[in-house]
Amino acid sequence: MIIEHIDTQLPGTVTDRHAFRGDQTIVVAKDSFLPLVDLLYREGFQLLVDITAVDWPEREQRFDVVYHWLNLASQERLRVKVPVADGEAMLSLTGRFKTADWFEREVFDMFGVRFEGHPNLKRLLTWDDFPGHPLRKDFPLDGGDAFCMEGCTAPYNNGERG
Amino acid sequence: MSEMNFNDAVMTTRLDAVVNWGRKNSLWPMPFGVACCAIEFMSMMASKYDLSRFGAEAMRFSPRQSDMMLVLGTITNKMAPVLRTIYAQMAEPKWVISVGVCASSGGMYRTYSTLQGIDRVIPVDVYVPGCPPRPESMIYGVMKLQEKIEKESLSMRKDHIERFYESLDRQEALQAAKGLTGQQAIREMMFDAADRGVGTIF
Repeated sequence: MIIEHIDTQLPGTVTDRHAFRGDQTIVVAKDSFLPLVDLLYREGFQLLVDITAVDWPEREQRFDVVYHWLNLASQERLRVKVPVADGEAMLSLTGRFKTADWFEREVFDMFGVRFEGHPNLKRLLTWDDFPGHPLRKDFPLDGGDAFCMEGCTAPYNNGERG
Repeated sequence: MSEMNFNDAVMTTRLDAVVNWGRKNSLWPMPFGVACCAIEFMSMMASKYDLSRFGAEAMRFSPRQSDMMLVLGTITNKMAPVLRTIYAQMAEPKWVISVGVCASSGGMYRTYSTLQGIDRVIPVDVYVPGCPPRPESMIYGVMKLQEKIEKESLSMRKDHIERFYESLDRQEALQAAKGLTGQQAIREMMFDAADRGVGTIF
Protein backbone atom coordinates (compact mmCIF):
# COMPACT_ATOMS: atom_id res chain seq x y z
CA MET A 1 0.00 0.00 0.00
CA ILE A 2 2.71 2.43 0.95
CA ILE A 3 4.72 1.38 -2.11
CA GLU A 4 1.88 2.37 -4.44
CA HIS A 5 1.67 5.66 -2.59
CA ILE A 6 5.39 6.23 -3.12
CA ASP A 7 4.94 5.45 -6.83
CA THR A 8 2.30 8.17 -7.18
CA GLN A 9 4.02 10.75 -4.98
CA LEU A 10 7.61 10.20 -6.10
CA PRO A 11 7.42 8.47 -9.48
CA GLY A 12 10.55 6.70 -10.59
CA THR A 13 12.04 6.45 -7.10
CA VAL A 14 11.58 2.73 -6.60
CA THR A 15 14.01 0.85 -8.82
CA ASP A 16 13.16 -2.65 -7.60
CA ARG A 17 10.65 -4.20 -5.21
CA HIS A 18 9.38 -7.43 -3.80
CA ALA A 19 6.88 -8.47 -1.19
CA PHE A 20 6.47 -11.85 0.41
CA ARG A 21 3.85 -12.38 3.11
CA GLY A 22 3.96 -8.78 4.20
CA ASP A 23 7.68 -8.06 4.13
CA GLN A 24 7.65 -5.18 1.69
CA THR A 25 11.05 -4.34 0.27
CA ILE A 26 12.00 -1.55 -2.09
CA VAL A 27 15.33 -0.63 -3.61
CA VAL A 28 16.04 3.05 -4.18
CA ALA A 29 19.00 5.02 -5.47
CA LYS A 30 21.00 7.18 -3.07
CA ASP A 31 19.97 10.42 -4.79
CA SER A 32 16.26 9.89 -4.19
CA PHE A 33 16.71 8.59 -0.64
CA LEU A 34 16.15 11.73 1.45
CA PRO A 35 12.89 12.82 -0.27
CA LEU A 36 11.67 9.25 0.22
CA VAL A 37 12.51 9.35 3.95
CA ASP A 38 10.58 12.60 4.34
CA LEU A 39 7.59 11.10 2.54
CA LEU A 40 7.71 7.97 4.73
CA TYR A 41 7.84 10.11 7.87
CA ARG A 42 4.78 12.06 6.76
CA GLU A 43 2.96 8.80 6.04
CA GLY A 44 3.57 7.53 9.58
CA PHE A 45 6.71 5.44 9.18
CA GLN A 46 8.30 7.17 12.16
CA LEU A 47 10.03 4.32 13.96
CA LEU A 48 13.40 3.48 12.43
CA VAL A 49 13.83 -0.07 13.66
CA ASP A 50 17.25 -0.89 12.30
CA ILE A 51 19.99 0.03 9.87
CA THR A 52 22.26 -2.69 8.62
CA ALA A 53 24.14 -3.55 5.46
CA VAL A 54 24.89 -6.47 3.15
CA ASP A 55 28.19 -7.02 1.38
CA TRP A 56 28.07 -8.23 -2.24
CA PRO A 57 31.79 -8.40 -3.20
CA GLU A 58 31.08 -9.29 -6.84
CA ARG A 59 28.78 -6.32 -7.45
CA GLU A 60 29.96 -2.96 -8.69
CA GLN A 61 27.91 -1.19 -6.04
CA ARG A 62 29.27 -3.41 -3.34
CA PHE A 63 27.02 -2.68 -0.37
CA ASP A 64 23.30 -2.61 0.25
CA VAL A 65 22.53 -0.33 3.19
CA VAL A 66 19.26 -1.69 4.57
CA TYR A 67 16.73 0.38 6.54
CA HIS A 68 13.74 -1.00 8.39
CA TRP A 69 10.80 1.21 9.22
CA LEU A 70 7.68 0.53 11.26
CA ASN A 71 4.46 2.48 10.99
CA LEU A 72 3.15 2.47 14.54
CA ALA A 73 -0.39 3.48 13.53
CA SER A 74 -0.96 0.86 10.84
CA GLN A 75 1.65 -1.69 12.03
CA GLU A 76 3.03 -1.74 8.48
CA ARG A 77 6.70 -2.46 7.98
CA LEU A 78 8.91 -1.35 5.13
CA ARG A 79 12.43 -2.36 4.18
CA VAL A 80 14.43 0.07 2.05
CA LYS A 81 17.68 -0.98 0.40
CA VAL A 82 20.14 1.57 -0.96
CA PRO A 83 23.09 0.28 -2.99
CA VAL A 84 26.39 2.12 -2.49
CA ALA A 85 29.84 1.49 -3.92
CA ASP A 86 32.93 0.74 -1.83
CA GLY A 87 34.29 4.08 -0.57
CA GLU A 88 31.10 5.95 -1.44
CA ALA A 89 29.51 7.76 1.49
CA MET A 90 25.87 7.11 2.37
CA LEU A 91 23.65 9.95 3.60
CA SER A 92 23.24 10.12 7.37
CA LEU A 93 19.78 10.10 8.94
CA THR A 94 20.99 11.41 12.32
CA GLY A 95 19.26 14.75 11.73
CA ARG A 96 15.91 13.00 11.26
CA PHE A 97 16.15 10.00 13.59
CA LYS A 98 18.16 10.09 16.83
CA THR A 99 18.41 6.30 16.78
CA ALA A 100 20.31 6.42 13.49
CA ASP A 101 23.41 7.60 15.36
CA TRP A 102 24.53 4.25 16.77
CA PHE A 103 23.07 2.21 13.89
CA GLU A 104 25.21 4.12 11.44
CA ARG A 105 28.27 3.83 13.65
CA GLU A 106 27.74 0.07 13.75
CA VAL A 107 27.41 -0.16 9.98
CA PHE A 108 30.56 1.93 9.62
CA ASP A 109 32.38 -0.31 12.09
CA MET A 110 31.30 -3.61 10.57
CA PHE A 111 31.26 -2.73 6.84
CA GLY A 112 33.30 0.47 6.42
CA VAL A 113 30.43 2.38 4.84
CA ARG A 114 30.82 6.07 5.73
CA PHE A 115 27.83 8.30 6.48
CA GLU A 116 27.89 11.87 5.26
CA GLY A 117 26.71 14.30 7.93
CA HIS A 118 27.14 11.99 10.91
CA PRO A 119 28.30 14.03 13.94
CA ASN A 120 30.53 11.35 15.49
CA LEU A 121 31.36 8.56 13.06
CA LYS A 122 33.61 6.40 15.25
CA ARG A 123 33.70 2.64 15.63
CA LEU A 124 30.96 1.43 17.93
CA LEU A 125 31.72 -2.21 18.75
CA THR A 126 35.40 -2.81 18.06
CA TRP A 127 38.24 -0.65 19.33
CA ASP A 128 39.71 2.38 17.57
CA ASP A 129 42.65 0.85 15.70
CA PHE A 130 40.87 -2.38 14.76
CA PRO A 131 42.28 -3.62 11.44
CA GLY A 132 39.59 -3.83 8.75
CA HIS A 133 35.83 -4.22 8.88
CA PRO A 134 34.79 -7.64 10.17
CA LEU A 135 31.49 -8.22 8.37
CA ARG A 136 32.96 -7.71 4.90
CA LYS A 137 33.05 -11.01 3.07
CA ASP A 138 36.81 -10.77 2.43
CA PHE A 139 37.63 -10.34 6.12
CA PRO A 140 39.37 -13.47 7.47
CA LEU A 141 37.06 -15.31 9.86
CA ASP A 142 39.62 -15.53 12.66
CA GLY A 143 40.65 -11.90 12.25
CA GLY A 144 44.17 -12.98 11.27
CA ASP A 145 45.51 -10.93 14.13
CA ALA A 146 47.97 -11.72 16.89
CA PHE A 147 45.66 -10.11 19.43
CA CYS A 148 43.34 -13.06 19.16
CA MET A 149 45.38 -15.81 17.49
CA GLU A 150 48.58 -17.73 18.20
CA GLY A 151 51.65 -16.11 16.80
CA CYS A 152 51.58 -13.71 13.88
CA THR A 153 50.75 -16.22 11.17
CA ALA A 154 48.32 -14.22 9.07
CA PRO A 155 48.22 -10.52 9.86
CA TYR A 156 45.48 -8.63 8.10
CA ASN A 157 46.13 -5.59 5.86
CA ASN A 158 48.18 -7.45 3.21
CA GLY A 159 50.86 -8.63 5.58
CA GLU A 160 51.27 -5.25 7.26
CA ARG A 161 50.39 -4.95 10.89
CA GLY A 162 47.64 -2.35 10.88
CA MET B 1 62.08 -31.26 72.84
CA SER B 2 60.54 -28.62 75.03
CA GLU B 3 57.21 -28.95 73.21
CA MET B 4 56.85 -32.41 74.77
CA ASN B 5 56.27 -30.65 78.08
CA PHE B 6 53.04 -29.15 76.76
CA ASN B 7 51.49 -32.50 75.74
CA ASP B 8 48.64 -31.91 73.25
CA ALA B 9 48.25 -28.22 73.98
CA VAL B 10 50.89 -27.07 71.45
CA MET B 11 51.61 -28.34 67.96
CA THR B 12 54.51 -27.11 65.82
CA THR B 13 54.17 -26.71 62.06
CA ARG B 14 55.54 -24.73 59.12
CA LEU B 15 54.23 -21.19 58.66
CA ASP B 16 53.32 -21.94 55.03
CA ALA B 17 51.19 -24.87 56.08
CA VAL B 18 49.15 -23.05 58.67
CA VAL B 19 48.66 -19.90 56.55
CA ASN B 20 47.68 -21.90 53.50
CA TRP B 21 45.28 -23.98 55.57
CA GLY B 22 43.52 -20.77 56.55
CA ARG B 23 43.54 -19.38 53.03
CA LYS B 24 42.20 -22.45 51.30
CA ASN B 25 39.26 -22.77 53.66
CA SER B 26 38.15 -19.15 53.50
CA LEU B 27 38.20 -18.21 49.83
CA TRP B 28 36.09 -15.17 49.01
CA PRO B 29 34.82 -15.60 45.47
CA MET B 30 34.06 -12.81 43.05
CA PRO B 31 32.10 -13.77 39.93
CA PHE B 32 33.25 -12.12 36.71
CA GLY B 33 30.10 -13.33 35.00
CA VAL B 34 29.71 -12.46 31.34
CA ALA B 35 27.89 -15.45 29.84
CA CYS B 36 25.97 -18.65 30.52
CA CYS B 37 28.66 -20.04 32.87
CA ALA B 38 27.47 -17.40 35.33
CA ILE B 39 24.07 -19.13 35.40
CA GLU B 40 25.74 -22.38 36.42
CA PHE B 41 27.70 -20.39 38.98
CA MET B 42 24.42 -19.24 40.56
CA SER B 43 23.41 -22.87 40.82
CA MET B 44 26.76 -23.72 42.40
CA MET B 45 26.34 -21.02 45.04
CA ALA B 46 22.71 -21.87 45.80
CA SER B 47 21.46 -24.42 48.29
CA LYS B 48 21.50 -27.56 46.16
CA TYR B 49 25.26 -27.58 45.41
CA ASP B 50 26.26 -25.02 48.04
CA LEU B 51 29.85 -23.87 47.72
CA SER B 52 29.80 -22.75 51.35
CA ARG B 53 30.57 -26.37 52.25
CA PHE B 54 34.08 -25.52 51.04
CA GLY B 55 34.37 -22.29 52.99
CA ALA B 56 33.74 -20.04 49.99
CA GLU B 57 30.28 -18.66 50.67
CA ALA B 58 31.23 -15.02 51.30
CA MET B 59 30.56 -13.85 47.78
CA ARG B 60 31.65 -10.30 47.03
CA PHE B 61 30.97 -8.23 43.94
CA SER B 62 33.90 -5.93 44.56
CA PRO B 63 37.42 -7.00 43.61
CA ARG B 64 38.72 -5.17 46.69
CA GLN B 65 37.06 -7.64 49.02
CA SER B 66 37.67 -10.91 47.22
CA ASP B 67 40.55 -13.29 46.65
CA MET B 68 39.20 -15.83 44.16
CA MET B 69 38.00 -14.52 40.82
CA LEU B 70 35.88 -16.84 38.72
CA VAL B 71 35.91 -15.76 35.08
CA LEU B 72 32.59 -17.06 33.82
CA GLY B 73 32.18 -16.73 30.09
CA THR B 74 33.44 -15.30 26.83
CA ILE B 75 35.96 -12.47 27.20
CA THR B 76 36.25 -10.25 24.14
CA ASN B 77 39.41 -8.45 23.13
CA LYS B 78 37.72 -5.20 24.06
CA MET B 79 37.10 -6.55 27.57
CA ALA B 80 40.72 -7.65 28.11
CA PRO B 81 42.00 -4.38 29.68
CA VAL B 82 38.98 -4.36 32.02
CA LEU B 83 39.76 -7.89 33.14
CA ARG B 84 43.36 -6.92 33.83
CA THR B 85 42.27 -3.91 35.88
CA ILE B 86 39.82 -5.96 37.92
CA TYR B 87 42.45 -8.59 38.61
CA ALA B 88 44.95 -5.91 39.65
CA GLN B 89 42.40 -4.41 42.05
CA MET B 90 41.86 -7.66 43.96
CA ALA B 91 43.33 -7.93 47.43
CA GLU B 92 46.30 -10.27 47.78
CA PRO B 93 46.57 -13.21 47.94
CA LYS B 94 44.47 -13.80 44.84
CA TRP B 95 43.64 -16.69 42.59
CA VAL B 96 41.80 -17.05 39.28
CA ILE B 97 39.61 -19.90 38.08
CA SER B 98 38.85 -19.86 34.38
CA VAL B 99 35.40 -21.43 34.07
CA GLY B 100 34.26 -22.88 30.75
CA VAL B 101 35.97 -23.26 27.40
CA CYS B 102 35.38 -19.66 26.30
CA ALA B 103 37.40 -18.18 29.13
CA SER B 104 40.01 -20.95 28.91
CA SER B 105 40.69 -20.95 25.17
CA GLY B 106 38.10 -18.90 23.32
CA GLY B 107 36.09 -22.08 22.88
CA MET B 108 33.92 -22.16 19.80
CA TYR B 109 34.46 -18.44 19.20
CA ARG B 110 37.54 -18.54 16.99
CA THR B 111 36.75 -15.07 15.70
CA TYR B 112 38.19 -11.60 15.44
CA SER B 113 36.45 -10.37 18.57
CA THR B 114 37.14 -13.07 21.14
CA LEU B 115 40.18 -13.31 23.38
CA GLN B 116 41.59 -16.81 22.82
CA GLY B 117 41.99 -17.64 26.48
CA ILE B 118 42.23 -15.26 29.44
CA ASP B 119 45.60 -16.77 30.34
CA ARG B 120 47.03 -14.48 27.66
CA VAL B 121 46.37 -11.43 29.82
CA ILE B 122 46.06 -12.60 33.44
CA PRO B 123 47.55 -15.55 35.36
CA VAL B 124 45.12 -18.46 35.73
CA ASP B 125 45.35 -21.11 38.45
CA VAL B 126 42.65 -23.62 37.53
CA TYR B 127 40.84 -24.28 34.25
CA VAL B 128 37.40 -25.85 34.34
CA PRO B 129 36.33 -27.29 30.96
CA GLY B 130 32.72 -27.52 29.83
CA CYS B 131 30.23 -25.47 27.88
CA PRO B 132 29.02 -24.56 30.41
CA PRO B 133 30.50 -26.83 33.09
CA ARG B 134 28.07 -28.39 35.54
CA PRO B 135 28.15 -27.07 39.12
CA GLU B 136 29.95 -30.27 40.16
CA SER B 137 32.76 -29.49 37.71
CA MET B 138 33.13 -25.99 39.12
CA ILE B 139 33.19 -27.35 42.65
CA TYR B 140 35.87 -29.82 41.55
CA GLY B 141 37.78 -26.84 40.17
CA VAL B 142 37.54 -25.08 43.53
CA MET B 143 38.74 -28.28 45.26
CA LYS B 144 41.70 -28.44 42.86
CA LEU B 145 42.48 -24.83 43.73
CA GLN B 146 42.37 -25.73 47.41
CA GLU B 147 44.88 -28.51 46.76
CA LYS B 148 47.07 -26.04 44.93
CA ILE B 149 46.89 -23.46 47.70
CA GLU B 150 47.80 -26.12 50.26
CA LYS B 151 51.03 -26.93 48.42
CA GLU B 152 52.23 -23.50 47.36
CA SER B 153 54.95 -21.54 49.13
CA LEU B 154 54.12 -18.01 50.25
CA SER B 155 57.15 -16.38 48.60
CA MET B 156 56.54 -18.01 45.23
CA ARG B 157 52.96 -16.78 45.17
CA LYS B 158 54.28 -13.28 45.72
CA ASP B 159 56.68 -13.44 42.72
CA HIS B 160 53.89 -14.70 40.52
CA ILE B 161 51.69 -11.68 41.30
CA GLU B 162 54.65 -9.28 41.07
CA ARG B 163 55.21 -10.40 37.48
CA PHE B 164 51.66 -9.42 36.64
CA TYR B 165 52.01 -5.98 38.25
CA GLU B 166 55.18 -5.45 36.27
CA SER B 167 53.30 -6.20 33.03
CA LEU B 168 50.55 -3.78 34.07
CA ASP B 169 53.17 -1.07 34.58
CA ARG B 170 54.51 -1.81 31.10
CA GLN B 171 50.99 -1.53 29.68
CA GLU B 172 50.39 1.80 31.41
CA ALA B 173 53.76 3.15 30.31
CA LEU B 174 52.97 2.11 26.74
CA GLN B 175 49.58 3.80 26.90
CA ALA B 176 51.08 7.02 28.28
CA ALA B 177 54.05 7.08 25.90
CA LYS B 178 52.13 6.47 22.68
CA GLY B 179 48.68 7.73 23.69
CA LEU B 180 47.13 4.30 23.18
CA THR B 181 43.95 2.83 24.58
CA GLY B 182 44.09 -0.32 26.70
CA GLN B 183 43.13 -2.53 23.76
CA GLN B 184 45.82 -1.02 21.56
CA ALA B 185 48.49 -1.40 24.25
CA ILE B 186 47.56 -5.04 24.91
CA ARG B 187 47.58 -5.72 21.19
CA GLU B 188 51.12 -4.30 20.91
CA MET B 189 52.21 -6.38 23.90
CA MET B 190 50.72 -9.46 22.21
CA PHE B 191 52.79 -8.75 19.09
CA ASP B 192 55.93 -8.40 21.23
CA ALA B 193 55.13 -11.63 23.05
CA ALA B 194 54.57 -13.43 19.74
CA ASP B 195 57.97 -12.19 18.50
CA ARG B 196 59.55 -13.65 21.63
CA GLY B 197 57.65 -16.88 21.04
CA VAL B 198 55.43 -16.73 24.14
CA GLY B 199 51.66 -16.64 24.35
CA THR B 200 51.24 -14.44 27.42
CA ILE B 201 51.91 -10.77 28.09
CA PHE B 202 52.76 -11.00 31.80
